[in-house]
Amino acid sequence: MANMIMFCILAVVILGSAIMCVTTTRIMRAATFMLFVLFGVAGLYFLLDYTYLGAAQISVYAGGVTMIYVFAIQLVSKRTLQGLTERMKGSRVVWGGLLTLVGCATVILVLLKNQFLMSGLTTPDVEVPMKSVGEALVGSGKYQYVLAFEFISLFLLACIIGGLVVSRKEEEK
Amino acid sequence: MIPVQCYFVLSALLFFIGVFGFITRRNLIAMLISVELILNAVDINFAAFNRILYPDSMEGMFMTLFSIGVSAAESAVAIAIIINVYRNFKSDSVDSIKNMKW
Repeated sequence: MANMIMFCILAVVILGSAIMCVTTTRIMRAATFMLFVLFGVAGLYFLLDYTYLGAAQISVYAGGVTMIYVFAIQLVSKRTLQGLTERMKGSRVVWGGLLTLVGCATVILVLLKNQFLMSGLTTPDVEVPMKSVGEALVGSGKYQYVLAFEFISLFLLACIIGGLVVSRKEEEK
Repeated sequence: MIPVQCYFVLSALLFFIGVFGFITRRNLIAMLISVELILNAVDINFAAFNRILYPDSMEGMFMTLFSIGVSAAESAVAIAIIINVYRNFKSDSVDSIKNMKW
């Protein structure tokens, strides 16, 4: 019951912030509302007893990615803090809203009609132990993920170098 | 215990809010923020599937973990490109980009 109440609070926070995030015309506010969405999703992971995942979500997403966004907004436009606004065309909003509603209704209907989902087990409320998470993350056996882990670290390095190369100032010739 | 359908409805709503933002906004950074919302909705689905339907395995959890890493890399590259676009075109709207090469 307490879990259900927590889930409802988190759902309201996530959906409200997400709607504000896509409808506000100021980019800085959109980034702030995205931060609330990310915190809400981290709360969902804590609710699912994935403590490690929630911590990763907070430190990588809410700490790292949001900072990148805020820096980019400040670098891209000096007018942002005074409220960089953006026109929204009425026709595009109407068509986008229509498409979104149709897609959303379809997906939710398919999910709720699916009998496979009804076989959900009642999970015990135990946290996934950190020892098994760590062993699965850096082990090389079956159902262990050291290859993906190393690949992700190389991928991050390549992306950071690529980002630096793309965003550096070209020298005047 | 929270039924699994609650998570799916929540993540479907979040996904389509992101899609709506991606369709309607024309600012590069706002579109990127919408993409982040979509990625988060998918991550919720992975974690909920794993935890509620198959609590003994950890595949969905690691999928979510790697997805968080990939999206951090993706947003770093995208932000670099946006800063470069702004430097060349003096605008941060997608409509201003007519050529790939300046």
